[in-house]
Amino acid sequence: MAQMTMIQAITDALRTELKNDENVLVYGEDVGKNGGVFRATEGLQDEFGEDRVFDTPLAESGIGGISIGLALQGFRPVPEIQFFGFVYEAMDAINGQMARMRYRSGGTKAQPITIRSPFGGGVHTPELHADSLEGLIAQQPGMKVVIPSSPYDAKGLLISSIRDNDPVVFLEHMKLYRSFREEVPEEEYTIDLGKAEVKREGADVTLVAYGAMVHSSLKAAEELEKNGVSAEVIDLRTVMPIDMDTILESVKKTNRVVVVQEAQRQAGVAAHIIAEIQERAILHLEAPVLRVTAPDTVYAFSQAEEVWLPNYNDIIERVNQVVNF
Amino acid sequence: MTENRHEKLGLSDEQVLDMYRTMLLARRIDERMWLLNRAGKIPFVISCQGQEAAQVGAAFALDRNKDYALPYYRDMGVVLAFGMTAKELMLSGFAKAEDPNSGGRQMPGHFGQKKNRIVTGSSPVTTQVPHAVGIALAGKMEEKDFVSLVTFGEGSSNQGDFHEGANFAGVHKLPVIFMVENNKYAISVPVSKQLACEKVSDRAQGYGMPGITVDGNDPLAVYEAVKQAADRGRQGEGPSLIEAVSYRLTAHSSDDDDRTYREKEEVEAARQEDSIHTFSAYLRELGILTEEKEQEMQDEIMKLVNEATDYAENAAYAEPETIFNYVYAE
Ligand SMILES: Cc1ncc(C[n+]2csc(CCOP(=O)(O)OP(=O)(O)O)c2C)c(N)n1
Ligand SMILES: [Mg+2]
Repeated sequence: MAQMTMIQAITDALRTELKNDENVLVYGEDVGKNGGVFRATEGLQDEFGEDRVFDTPLAESGIGGISIGLALQGFRPVPEIQFFGFVYEAMDAINGQMARMRYRSGGTKAQPITIRSPFGGGVHTPELHADSLEGLIAQQPGMKVVIPSSPYDAKGLLISSIRDNDPVVFLEHMKLYRSFREEVPEEEYTIDLGKAEVKREGADVTLVAYGAMVHSSLKAAEELEKNGVSAEVIDLRTVMPIDMDTILESVKKTNRVVVVQEAQRQAGVAAHIIAEIQERAILHLEAPVLRVTAPDTVYAFSQAEEVWLPNYNDIIERVNQVVNF
Repeated sequence: MTENRHEKLGLSDEQVLDMYRTMLLARRIDERMWLLNRAGKIPFVISCQGQEAAQVGAAFALDRNKDYALPYYRDMGVVLAFGMTAKELMLSGFAKAEDPNSGGRQMPGHFGQKKNRIVTGSSPVTTQVPHAVGIALAGKMEEKDFVSLVTFGEGSSNQGDFHEGANFAGVHKLPVIFMVENNKYAISVPVSKQLACEKVSDRAQGYGMPGITVDGNDPLAVYEAVKQAADRGRQGEGPSLIEAVSYRLTAHSSDDDDRTYREKEEVEAARQEDSIHTFSAYLRELGILTEEKEQEMQDEIMKLVNEATDYAENAAYAEPETIFNYVYAE
């Protein structure tokens, strides 16, 4: 076992799959010689050659489109979008094309593509370099969206995403890239897509979160514990499809829920989760399901970032509301 | 004997001195921003260094009281020539509330200033290209005789936005000047991995417009090319594509380490052709610039840069509550 940051775990997962499967290709802007602007692909071109790890011209719709062609011919592309805010350039290739290929071809054609991309706020990058746009992809049937919250999960989930036979958008929160290390096995392992993890057991309220908000939720849970409130924290890990079974099981135990996301209120997947909970478990609820989100504005400028982003105090406040309802 | 080239272009000695002064100002502001960044005072720098000649040469060829500029993040030379001040640029570097570009809402280098017809762009590269085409189309429909200058990097000329914008402008014969600032790299990726054609200007042919490649270290060559393009545009003859070739003298940005992908010797060689030195030499050889005059100019510029730095450093940040402003019409 080795101590790894999330970015190291990601590189490790890419290396593992490049070794395991000669059809795996890694490419994007600056991913070759430079090793990626966040160094996620460092050393991979040297190790696997320019045919398998390469730089593309600066054009995201092309990156998306060629991935579709490569996948149709049996490759397993793992392209990178340098910042997820630039996904708009590739939206048609993703939501309009790769997501629908299986359906259009009557199940005869697969798109085993994993699009990796950094996203997320809290590192003083401005709008379009920090936006949480997972909701855009999550709303497209045919697409899967994975967001790891730890180095261990990042490796297992990325390997699973690459092996998955449907297109996956794999979002890497920039704040988590190097914020902490943990034990990550050097051998390969997978974590099932579509399975949430209960990060902390609790009895009074369920916090559903993903990405960096898992850590804010855990911190809130610790604080709440001191005031006698026992919070269960669920890390979605895959934000589409959502593991409703794990959420509902928890709801039936705690009867109170707060959904936490970094995205704006009108974005993300929180609204969807809440709708599912009230459709499927309303008689188990003791209080309305509340949300912690960013406000419905464009991603804030640096000096206002900490005000704009949801934090553990916001979570505590919402939890107190549902607990005292 | 050095030949006087600017006179033939209709430029006075004062005008070429003003060009040089603008190039030098851009360079000095940029250098200061790096120092401030390394001292932890400003969050991010993306440099004009190596491209000042192209930027200033192009802007001076336009009617800066009428024409539109849609610059990209390196274009400090363009925006200074269009009327943005050192102080305003520093306010943007420090991301202060008074920054006219965006009040600190965007990164430095995302230029925009309504009163000077500098049209704001955003982070995804090349998005400004079709905007410039739309502005030119509006001008044509309203029978105004302005042209719009849009600039971008050679890597960015691979984006669909370039091709769609150029094609539209070609079809409608719009007064747009597409200027590629070819600095040979897109972050770490060299031109050879970006384009299959020899020159970015070869792309013009596909869109029914003339395309030329000029020495981007020579402000007079760029001036001449842009002037011709502007005349064409104003006479209803349509768009032009100009490729100004120079070199990116700094790392891509303050977040980049260029040692991982290019040799120090290559950068050193490019420094020999740095337009700040070559244009200064040209002006000296003609006796337009003397050592004394240059020193005076340097002192005056340093004073401006110092004042701008002090002012911007002490200026206020935007209030956090203002994040709620300007999402919709009030
Ligand atoms: C759509 C989009 N993709 C990626 C980026 C990240 N990025 C910023 S600058 C840059 C390289 C641009 O190269 P070039 O067009 O040659 O301009 P230069 O920076 O060299 O002046 C990249 C990839 C971006 N800003 N927008
Ligand atoms: Mg370039």
